[in-house]
Amino acid sequence: MSLTRLTAVEQADLLARKQVSSEELTQAHLDRIDEVDSHVHAFLAVSPDQALAEARSVDHDRATNQDLPPLAGVPIAVKDLLATKGIPTTAGSKILEGWIPVFDATVVRKVKQARMPILGKTNLDEFAMGSSTEFSAFGPTHNPWDLTRIPGGSGGGSAAAVAAFEAPLALGSDTGGSIRQPAAVTGTVGAKPTYGGVSRQGGVALASSLDQVGPAARTVLDAAYLHEAIAGWDPKDSTSLNEPPPAIVHAAKLGAQGDLTGMRIGVVTQLKGEGYEPGVLQRFEEALETLRGLGASIEEVDCPSFDYSFAAYCLIMASEASSNVARFEGIRHGLRVGEDEPGATAMTMMSATRAAGFGPEVKRRVILGTYALSAGYYDAYYGSAQKVRTLIQRDFAAAWEQTDALVTPATPFTAFPLGEKVENPLAMYLCDLATIPSNLAGIPGMSLPSGLVDGLPAGIQVLAPVRRDEVMYRVAAALEAALTAQWGSPLWANAPDILRQSGKEDAR
Amino acid sequence: MTALPMDFDLAIERFDPVFGIETHVELNTRTKLLCPCPTTFGAPPNTQTCPACLGLPGAMPVLNAAAVESAIRLGLALGSRIPSVSPFARKHYFYPDLAKDYQITQNVNPICIGGHLDVELDDGEVVRVEIDHAHMEEDAAKNTHIGGTAGRIHGADYTLVDYNRSGMPLIEIVTCPVEGTGARVAEVARAYVAALRELVLALDISDARMEQGSMRADVNLSLREKVAVDQDKVPYGKRSETKNVNSLRAIERAARSEVCRQAGLLAAGEPVVQETRHWHEDIDATTPGRSKEHAEDYRYFPEPDLVPIVPDPAWIEELRRGLPELPAARRRRLAREWGLSDREIRDAVNAGALELIDATVKAGATAAAARKWWMGELARVANERGVGLEELAITANDVAELAALVADGQLTDKLARQALAGTLAGEGSPAAVAAARGLAVVSDDSALLAAIDEALVAMPDVAEKVRGGKVQAIGAIVGAVMKATRGQADAAKVRELIASRLGV
Amino acid sequence: MSDITREEVARLADLAKIALTSAELDRLAGQLDAIVDAVAVVSGAVDESIPATSHPIELTNVMREDIPEPCLTNEESLAAAPAAEDGFFRVPRLMGETP
Repeated sequence: MSLTRLTAVEQADLLARKQVSSEELTQAHLDRIDEVDSHVHAFLAVSPDQALAEARSVDHDRATNQDLPPLAGVPIAVKDLLATKGIPTTAGSKILEGWIPVFDATVVRKVKQARMPILGKTNLDEFAMGSSTEFSAFGPTHNPWDLTRIPGGSGGGSAAAVAAFEAPLALGSDTGGSIRQPAAVTGTVGAKPTYGGVSRQGGVALASSLDQVGPAARTVLDAAYLHEAIAGWDPKDSTSLNEPPPAIVHAAKLGAQGDLTGMRIGVVTQLKGEGYEPGVLQRFEEALETLRGLGASIEEVDCPSFDYSFAAYCLIMASEASSNVARFEGIRHGLRVGEDEPGATAMTMMSATRAAGFGPEVKRRVILGTYALSAGYYDAYYGSAQKVRTLIQRDFAAAWEQTDALVTPATPFTAFPLGEKVENPLAMYLCDLATIPSNLAGIPGMSLPSGLVDGLPAGIQVLAPVRRDEVMYRVAAALEAALTAQWGSPLWANAPDILRQSGKEDAR
Repeated sequence: MTALPMDFDLAIERFDPVFGIETHVELNTRTKLLCPCPTTFGAPPNTQTCPACLGLPGAMPVLNAAAVESAIRLGLALGSRIPSVSPFARKHYFYPDLAKDYQITQNVNPICIGGHLDVELDDGEVVRVEIDHAHMEEDAAKNTHIGGTAGRIHGADYTLVDYNRSGMPLIEIVTCPVEGTGARVAEVARAYVAALRELVLALDISDARMEQGSMRADVNLSLREKVAVDQDKVPYGKRSETKNVNSLRAIERAARSEVCRQAGLLAAGEPVVQETRHWHEDIDATTPGRSKEHAEDYRYFPEPDLVPIVPDPAWIEELRRGLPELPAARRRRLAREWGLSDREIRDAVNAGALELIDATVKAGATAAAARKWWMGELARVANERGVGLEELAITANDVAELAALVADGQLTDKLARQALAGTLAGEGSPAAVAAARGLAVVSDDSALLAAIDEALVAMPDVAEKVRGGKVQAIGAIVGAVMKATRGQADAAKVRELIASRLGV
Repeated sequence: MSDITREEVARLADLAKIALTSAELDRLAGQLDAIVDAVAVVSGAVDESIPATSHPIELTNVMREDIPEPCLTNEESLAAAPAAEDGFFRVPRLMGETP
């Protein structure tokens, strides 16, 4: 069996037992990238030299029996939203093309401390604004399950890389579902930690009060290992939690034993009805049965204010986004346009640079956010959205009175064909219907495969209270183990062959 | 706009000025407000910069606790309320000196709310200036305009930006509108900034050097029609906001200049435009900057990357207990201790001599002597040279030494002035100058008596007059003796000896 | 119902410093109108009594000590600058010709 089809934990195990070197393992993934990425386009940049250098360094340290972290030598892909010192970081935008950061994002530093070779930077919607990666300035990523379909977004590159066996693990960022929704539609696992559980420092910000960096993986345990490696307080992020991170890996291992006796799991009335595809709902109901079978009790909880979460999210996200991308104006970094026009001033240069450097979705959100924050509209829009946020937190607080965790379908629908929603922003935003409330409330959430619908993956989302990420991992790992047993193999193991798909495409 | 400025006195006869001042004080913390870059003045461009203060993508702010402490101490000294929750906000506008194209500042529940500063004018009148609030914010970078008229934004070819100043810790103190100052408007404006500067220095939260820009005042001024009764019910006129006013003298002149300019416009039936204006020392006038006609839309919202300050009441109390004696109280105490009148203390303050006198007293001089030298001879020299007292090449210790030499009778006032001149000329301490120049009171009675006898012989008629009761004539003999001893004798003593020689 | 006109989009684009084309103004006006219609429900969902939440997790007093740390060098600071001169970032003039 190919090395690349192993889980990260299996790969780490082979490395620890010195049955494979990190160099071989890293090279195997680089070869796989060479083989399939022209079809998938998960990567914006591949960094073979740095990756192999780190792999050899880990091999050297292992050969001399030095203490190494659990994932040492296991390669990883990094969403191109996260600053990597010496490796170009574009955030999927033309305006940042060619930017080579002089610093590492804290999570990148942690990945380096975990001694994981960085394979490259993965594709995303420009500044993470999107749900399909179609808004990347550098072309869309294709879903490994069906290359004509979207891989989700914004972190479609990270999810597709993991689903296509180009990387065992990847880093993502999740503002309204950008880790979880791509995981759901690519048959992989993605987790958004508790807000503040993982540092945001060095992540190009979309909406600062919603953004959270997290792991993309093929299994819950793999995600847990990566999550644990990047978690923890960062004095450079004032919103990061100065407290020991939860014991996630332990919880995932506990969950995999398959006993959820006594666990009270809630189903949110508002997140399973209108707008959800019947097939997705059917897989969800079956997963509920499986959870019952594991000893959990299932009860329905009512979260009435969730009906407003989509609206509140749109306003808060767009407002903060309009502010966060203000700094892209052609002075300190990135693109500059229009400086030589007759009569040009700094102001006309900035306007021309932003017009040329931003894609349509960024322009849309910046204008929407500018509107929501502008004088006379603030109270009605941004101010009200912040109040809705309070109501959503209250609904969650009430839910935790009755339940230990909540489950929802991760997305309303499976992967749709590329191009289908590009001109319909509202329809595109609805991809994140189920994932948005947890960003507004800061709670942890993760998506794992619930099965196939017409040959395409669907996901189920597990939510837990703030700071209780371990509960989410325990439930997810138990469900994953049970579903894998039902299917006879992990869902991702059955993804159609990419090269054969592309052959079919070529034949057409 | 062609209207000429109106004469100030005429302007004040017709219009009632209202002013407010926004003062930016750069805190003297070691690091910037939101990143750990140092704050040293004068470093090469763009060397005190990091991803945060350059606004690089992904960089995040972290608040400097020392800046918060300074802000709270200022608030306590101003009698402000320190709110229980004080958040930060983003203020958006595009400008090359703004690294993120928003400024991290405070708009709701700033760190100091309300308060006042009692401002004493030259004649002793006290005007209470109410403080609206003071808030913390980050400074912008420094733009240097190249080409065109040197340093002017208009007509420049291009601009160079230095982000060393980006993110420097500022506290902005905003007054409520100050009404009813009439002809003293400019004087009150100046005295307020002077008092605030004195307070900030006493608290040691800023070096408050206006010429270096570590304290900068914007003067908002408007005029309204003067009426016989209910002046306070007349709405304010359109105001200008004059920036770049970087000395106390300039505050006063800029305020006067704006009164005259606006009065000229209003009298000619032309509108005053609500705008930012820039003060120019060289032309003694303001010029227009950005127009604020299209009310700027700063799109404030709570800064998501920083969490609110929730000052612990115990911390506030600790800071309150640690406040130094505030300038007004200190002046009252010094007046009492030194036995000086309010007027004398005020003169010392206005002359910038209070600290120097205090230091001189601490170095051992009597208050009377210290005041006499600093406010007398030294003030005269400083005035002659057009410099401040503190710029003279003499220390409080030098002055104390001089006072001691006089008190001990080793120098007369006249000799002391010579010693002082030597010290100011860089010849050493007053004692060293006296020794080097051979300045000493001739106190040897026999030497003096010899000189006196000589003088009496030379001026027999005068001696006769004195003996005959015209005692005032003795001055001529004293003068001759002083001349003979080259001024090194104590005149009083000479007078005494002559009197006894002549038996009067 | 909202009324995001072409003129309103132009005003917002000026505030946001994006030189939109005429076609973009038209398209965005229509799209934003629809989006704002969909999100305007928030104002009806809340009232005065509900406090606003700006941060998902309530933290306070996160501050650092006043201790300097190494800066970037001048070369690092200017590394990504589109234009630099004598250690400064260089930008076009701030204002047009004197009016």
